Amino acid sequence: MKRITLAVTSMLVGVTAAGIAAGDKWSDQFPHIKNTGDIAGECSYESMSQKDYSGQTLTINTHAVPVMGEPTALHAEQFSALTGAEVNVIHTPAGDLYSKAMIPFQAGQAPYDIVFGFSNFIRDWMAYLEPVPEYYVNMRQMQDVTKSHIDVASWDGTMMQFPIDGDRHYLKYRKDVIDNPELQAKYLAETGNELRVPQTWKEYAEIAAYFNGWDWDGDGELEYGSAEVMKKDDLMYAAFFSRSVAYAKNPATPGGFFFDLDTMTPLINSPGFVEALTDWVEAVNYVPPGGINFSLGDEINSFGGGQALFSFSWDDAFVAAMEDGSAIKNKVGVAPLPGADRVWNRETGAWDETYNQAPYIVWGWAAAVAKKSKNHELAFDYLCFFSNDANHQADIAIGRFGVNPFKKSDFVPDIYVERQGWDQQIAEEYTETLMDMEEKSTNRVFPLRVPGVFEFTSAVATGTSKALAGQLSPQEALDEVAAEWEAIIERVGVDNVREAYAVGVALEDNLR
Amino acid sequence: MRYGHKYVFLLPGLLVLIAILIFPVIFTVRLSLSGWNSYNPGLDFVGIKNYVRLFTSDPRFWEAFSRLAFFSLTTVFLQYILGFGLALLVWRDVLFKRFFRVLFLIPMMTTPVIMTVIWKTVFHESLGPVNDFLSMFGLTPLWLSDPMLSKVTVIIVEVWQWTPFMFLLLLAGLLSLPKEAFLAASIDGAGPLRKFIYVTFPLMAPISIGAIIIRLIEASKIMDTIYVLTSGGPGTSTETTSFYIFIKGLREFQMGYSAAMSFTYLIVMILSLTVIVNILIRVFIGRND
Repeated sequence: MKRITLAVTSMLVGVTAAGIAAGDKWSDQFPHIKNTGDIAGECSYESMSQKDYSGQTLTINTHAVPVMGEPTALHAEQFSALTGAEVNVIHTPAGDLYSKAMIPFQAGQAPYDIVFGFSNFIRDWMAYLEPVPEYYVNMRQMQDVTKSHIDVASWDGTMMQFPIDGDRHYLKYRKDVIDNPELQAKYLAETGNELRVPQTWKEYAEIAAYFNGWDWDGDGELEYGSAEVMKKDDLMYAAFFSRSVAYAKNPATPGGFFFDLDTMTPLINSPGFVEALTDWVEAVNYVPPGGINFSLGDEINSFGGGQALFSFSWDDAFVAAMEDGSAIKNKVGVAPLPGADRVWNRETGAWDETYNQAPYIVWGWAAAVAKKSKNHELAFDYLCFFSNDANHQADIAIGRFGVNPFKKSDFVPDIYVERQGWDQQIAEEYTETLMDMEEKSTNRVFPLRVPGVFEFTSAVATGTSKALAGQLSPQEALDEVAAEWEAIIERVGVDNVREAYAVGVALEDNLR
Repeated sequence: MRYGHKYVFLLPGLLVLIAILIFPVIFTVRLSLSGWNSYNPGLDFVGIKNYVRLFTSDPRFWEAFSRLAFFSLTTVFLQYILGFGLALLVWRDVLFKRFFRVLFLIPMMTTPVIMTVIWKTVFHESLGPVNDFLSMFGLTPLWLSDPMLSKVTVIIVEVWQWTPFMFLLLLAGLLSLPKEAFLAASIDGAGPLRKFIYVTFPLMAPISIGAIIIRLIEASKIMDTIYVLTSGGPGTSTETTSFYIFIKGLREFQMGYSAAMSFTYLIVMILSLTVIVNILIRVFIGRND
């Protein structure tokens, strides 16, 4: 299997490389792809230039600039120049993407042909989306997408969202500290422990606490242990789930991470989650001042700006740190999320005293075509063009775009070494870590994708933020969340939630 | 003589009134009796289920209401004191009077969301200039992360933004006061303090009541400052009613339930403001007429 994967990847990379015509006529016209030129494919610049959509109008609702909004607008401009279509791009804040699409969806209107959002909207939006046609599903460009992200974009085997971005949470750390022999010796002398990339959340906490509040890189500024998304908003619950997977995703107990699929009892207040929240409350002591109020933007600025030793969440903080001009370029490393020395077993009602680690294939940016749109072909062609190989390669090199690897051909170290000036070792670490999470792990957790998903995640954000603020103990906070989840299940209907949740559980239990 | 045709002339105004005032209220009430949410779109009828949920199992709404009362009363009280003080400063002939009058209005003329983003940067605990300065004295207050201090931060931003509104109304009131009363007080030998206590303040009472009520109505809708500054956190320590309704309605898409909360909020606000007006009349005028 490993050989086949390797062969397919090599073939795709080969095809990609063969299609590269750096300095071609397209890159002269569109400097965005100057590093690769156009890359042959079904939706390449060359292919799109054969289409004529003159007189047709495409309306897109996307995120505000720069994250995802900027590439949407840029590719709209390019697409318009190539095909003659008029493309209107509307920018919307992240928190309003769901409702701005959902209101017209429910009212039976189609003001937008394409809607951008998060991949975990899929269950709520599904009834209003046009499935991705077979032509696009079967094309070469799509064969390059990792299975995890095909799964994320699909519902029970039917692709509903067009893959444009890849997301997972992983650990980022300051390589110049963790690999520094002097600091390793100092840490060993003062704590009796080895300084290394943390294998568990407890080790993460110990190292972060040690490196908190002093100038360990000699730049004259104080540095801190960890930068995390702790602000109560749409994103913090994902950080909490990242901390929970090691304690609560037990490969020996399939059948649900968020709920017990048989009974639909919420597991959110089980000891595994409580342990994770207890760790998180402790983390308040080793984040920068005000870290409890850090949004994703703050986390990116903090770690990317060299203020913190560790960080975990989406790719952005790492990409920001590795961009040209960053003071810590090639001083950061990547590793899987820390694990735990024990994992909760809900069947025995006891801890399994064994090392456990689980990747969290978190939700990310997604785009889909409205069922009621009258421009399906035009809309799918735009999305296909958006994520064609040349655009994608250029987009993933620009941190502020928010486009991250999701194609097998992205996980080749040379791309980052040659085009972005990364150190070979860091590029290898990065691609290997991400690829292992995507394709090798059999203990993954996928985002919650059930009807009324925002009600569930909002309850988690409220409960965990109460614990972080000291308003409730971790157990009390998660008991409150569990009670809220039970109330939501009652409102939505237990069978409705179970039916949807089973689709995600099948992915986690490797049944699909 | 028949005057039936006069209603035809009233009709356009009446229709506009129905469209912009009556219909939204009636629709909100109807929506509040439905279970409209992300998985159940449409105006089905669930009776008073949403209201039962609100009154029996949602303490967060009422906690948010008490926080709203705290923020509204505190900020409007401070705005009144500061606004009155500033209006008195530029009421009489002072140097650069016109300049100061415009200067004091600037905060109100700025966009609240933009200004809150700037305030958020100013109060940023690790990167902001306030803590950068205070750290020279060994202080790094957690302006946005401490449950108590974050309330103070919200109050500072609100007072900064809206004191000019109070200043504007009160200055207009001061400029319209009759001069005779002040002349009479001067002839009687009253000093500045006595003139303020026995002439200015009582004459300003009706305007003060109006200004306070207008600001209380506006302050009770506080949303953008909370949204940008704290998102209601840390925990729920700065979450107010309107922000909570926003979360339930537009984030979680519980349209029916958020309509029930909105209507309840409207009723409570009407009752509260009626009581507050009566209290203010007693305090400022000394009788209730």
